[in-house]
Amino acid sequence: MDHRLTARQYLILGLVALCAPLGDTCLSRGMTHLPPISLAHPASLIAAVFTPWIAAGIALLIGFFASYLTALSWADLTFVLPATAFGNVIVALLSKFWLHEPISLERWAGIVLITVGVGFVAQGPALTERPAAEPIEDASAMEEEGVR
Amino acid sequence: MTIPSPAGSTGPWAASGMIAAIVLASTTGEVLTAAAMKSIGDLDEIRARSGMKGAIRAVVTCPLFFAGVGFLALAFFALLFALNHLNLSLVAPASASLTLVTNAVAGKLFLHENVDGRRWTAALLVCIGVYLLAH
Repeated sequence: MDHRLTARQYLILGLVALCAPLGDTCLSRGMTHLPPISLAHPASLIAAVFTPWIAAGIALLIGFFASYLTALSWADLTFVLPATAFGNVIVALLSKFWLHEPISLERWAGIVLITVGVGFVAQGPALTERPAAEPIEDASAMEEEGVR
Repeated sequence: MTIPSPAGSTGPWAASGMIAAIVLASTTGEVLTAAAMKSIGDLDEIRARSGMKGAIRAVVTCPLFFAGVGFLALAFFALLFALNHLNLSLVAPASASLTLVTNAVAGKLFLHENVDGRRWTAALLVCIGVYLLAH
């Protein structure tokens, strides 16, 4: 059985890689624009959730988790984690070309290593070949129930 | 949030312990979540058959999934604790890159995934790359 990915599955992996770093960036940007929040006033932390940058960050992280779970349902963990590490490279490139932050030689070396690593893993099968892949009974029963 | 600046007095053993706690909780969470998703089956297919509600129900009725999320939450709080004592420039790259390697080991041991030379190489390259990028 060939476990090559479809275009849609590559799209899901792309979403995993993009949503997590972008979500973290939105949270970071939102939190740094707020006045210092004291643990004595935790309500102000709840109010922070409704500011645009933090709300966007949370939405992106929810998108990340949904895509991540979907990817894990058809690919190995040891495939998904390195393959989605490309998000780190995207953030570094965004910081260079969008925020005009300097990138040291060390970081360029990191970008090259991650890119080569992702290329390595992406060339192989996404899922380990198993003699009989049997979903647990509860899940199958539930799916049947859902069909009805 | 008024958090005291990371103490410079944290010893190497305490720092290693905090990073190890993050890596251990994170790896356990990832492995349990991956096992849960494999036991449920392909979510795309479930969604095609039973719709989005069916897919969500398949996930939220799997106890293994909640065990995984519990450990991931534990990893998050371990990270917050570590950041209270150590610098972000140490904690973030160390935990992110070590987790990649421990996940490869755990994937082979517990999920019986085929971690061949290609995947080991990828995990190590990405691990070093993340370290260089975040350091």
